[in-house]
Amino acid sequence: MSVDSMFVHKMWDETELSKMVDGGIPFPMLSDGAGRVGTIYGIYDADAGVETRGRFIIDPDGIVQGYEVLTPPVGRNVAESLRQIQAFQLVRASKGTEATPSGWKPGKPTLKPGIDLVGRVYMEWKTDMAFDD
Amino acid sequence: MGEELDVSCARPISGAVGEDAPETAEKEQQEKKEVKNMIMVGRKAPDFTAPAYHKGKFVNVTLSDYAGKWVVLCFYPGDFTFV
Repeated sequence: MSVDSMFVHKMWDETELSKMVDGGIPFPMLSDGAGRVGTIYGIYDADAGVETRGRFIIDPDGIVQGYEVLTPPVGRNVAESLRQIQAFQLVRASKGTEATPSGWKPGKPTLKPGIDLVGRVYMEWKTDMAFDD
Repeated sequence: MGEELDVSCARPISGAVGEDAPETAEKEQQEKKEVKNMIMVGRKAPDFTAPAYHKGKFVNVTLSDYAGKWVVLCFYPGDFTFV
């Protein structure tokens, strides 16, 4: 979503993005004239007249589970967004009985919060697990 | 994916869905605070409808139509910018 019109989205997809992604952009490219939606989401920069790089993860119940906002010159890390979605999906599937510690990614152990874990996380989780192998 | 839009010279625009906020009161409050409220995690995402380009068509997209699915909503500064 950007402040560009849907007509500009079409031209951008046709002239440039379809040369990066086969068949063009597969998801809807939303237009937010005047930054109305961006203002509600708190990421519209009214002085510059553009949206900043806000990214929101919204779950099947419509709940915002996470967001990240960057200034324009730095791009996002898609792999990190996917990792967060996988973590939120795991927590949801476990109905909150599991949690993903720092550095978790699919295949790494989760934590099962409960009275037995209080004060004993050091036995389950080591600082090197915060980093990618 | 939402209703298809007829193309005309008027630009369709986006907006919030649901009851209108009391605009003047909100404006005054915002000016007073000079701080915009950020979204809270763990709370409902504000619903909206926005015109969109999707695979060769112009459509209207409403966030709440995606209930039951995981949604990634990405904002970016502008088409044809570099990053």
